Amino acid sequence: MPDLGPYAAEVTLAYAVSLGLIAALILWSWARARRVRRELAALETRTTRG
Amino acid sequence: MASLWEYANPVKFMRLSGWLMPVSALLAAGLIATGLVWGFFFTEADYRQGATVKIIFLHVPAALMAINAWAMMLIASLIWLVRRHHVSALAAKAAGPIGATMTLIALITGAIWGQPMWGTWWEWDPRLTSFLILFLFYLGYIALWSAIEDADTAADLTAILCLVGSVFAALSRYAALFWNQGLHQGASLSVAPGTRMDWAYKAPLYLCMAGFGLLFLALVLAGTRTEIRARRARALMTRERARA
Amino acid sequence: MIALLIRDLRLAIRAGGGFGLGLGFFLILAVLVPLGVGPDTGTLALIAPGILWVGALLACLLSLDRLFALDHEDGSLDLLATSPIPLEGVVAVKALAHWLTTGLPLALAAPVLGILLNLPGPAFAPLVLSLLLGTPALSVIGAFGAALTVGLKRGGLLMSLLVLPLYVPTLVFGAQAVSRAAQGLDGSTALLLTAGITAGSAALLPFAAAFALRINLR
Repeated sequence: MPDLGPYAAEVTLAYAVSLGLIAALILWSWARARRVRRELAALETRTTRG
Repeated sequence: MASLWEYANPVKFMRLSGWLMPVSALLAAGLIATGLVWGFFFTEADYRQGATVKIIFLHVPAALMAINAWAMMLIASLIWLVRRHHVSALAAKAAGPIGATMTLIALITGAIWGQPMWGTWWEWDPRLTSFLILFLFYLGYIALWSAIEDADTAADLTAILCLVGSVFAALSRYAALFWNQGLHQGASLSVAPGTRMDWAYKAPLYLCMAGFGLLFLALVLAGTRTEIRARRARALMTRERARA
Repeated sequence: MIALLIRDLRLAIRAGGGFGLGLGFFLILAVLVPLGVGPDTGTLALIAPGILWVGALLACLLSLDRLFALDHEDGSLDLLATSPIPLEGVVAVKALAHWLTTGLPLALAAPVLGILLNLPGPAFAPLVLSLLLGTPALSVIGAFGAALTVGLKRGGLLMSLLVLPLYVPTLVFGAQAVSRAAQGLDGSTALLLTAGITAGSAALLPFAAAFALRINLR
């Protein structure tokens, strides 16, 4: 760990929040994609069967 | 080289994004990881700002993407209004939350960066204020998409909102400068003026900027793919209901 | 078009038309703020320009949802859209009617509230002038927001979320014109910019609003 000096808390907080938000964005994006893909797959099997 | 307009065709778009999205995601991860590790561990602390200058590697790329995301939404909205390519409208829709998140990151990192300098957790610095206003524009855009049921109506209305919003966002930027000039002479948010940023800072910064750009690309491609699938799902559902 | 203007004005002034509501709200705000902030005249003098402007802005916002919604509900909006008057003209006239019954009275009533809020003397003329120049923009921008959300059942809150950020430039320049004058500085640049935004909005936004109305009437 580099010596962050007197502002260690601030710098760590900034990095933690930013990376956290990016992670949350990626997760949300991925979860939504998965849900829609499943929905679509279900619908396509239903409508091509009939 | 085929025309870019080919990818307005959803099938062609899905094929292109099918490989482009993971590739840019991986590149983004690599660039951001390298840039941040380099910047965090291997740069010197600024003699005046201490280690907080390292926040620049997050703040600047995020702020840049916050603006670029809106610019992309504006162009995509125009393409939708003029040429009626659904892929374009859906891409703009997908970019909204991503741009909003970038703006939020820029705001939070900006506020934290300024805290040691200003002594408070928030300052109405013209640049931060402009980003706060931009965040509100993003929220409105996203909210309008969610509020309208018919997809084409939503695309049209959000497109005109994006257009009008762009003009007023630019005006607000100027207004924020006008509003905070002269009265408060606090130090503004930047690397100490006069010091030329040398390559020790520039290199990891550029890496992060490129990485954030590719991250945006990957997320927009992924989001547009999801929207295209959702649109197809809605169409199938309507057909199903009509047959029942 | 004049007929439309007179009709809208009559509707607004009738009981339940909301004419007095904006003024009433403005007055209440001018009473509530000192109650919330404390009676120190120094503080009040400092924040008076901002309070007056924000109050005018919110009062304008209050009456926006009736701009198109009532006509949309009873079908008259469809009739207006197919009439020989271009829809852009309809929007402009409705925005004008809105301003005449909201912004204009507010601008004229503002000095009285300025006294309540200990507004410094040199700021009174800029106050009225900035409101006269700026509130038309609020009406036109509001018309655009109302046009976007006219199809929604409970679009009022969403409309506010869309419209308030668009109000920022007018608010900043208008309030700055007053506070700079209050401090003895020159507020004319701010006044000019306020007028500029109003002029630009009045020229361009009716087209954007008409576009949105056509989409919603499809």
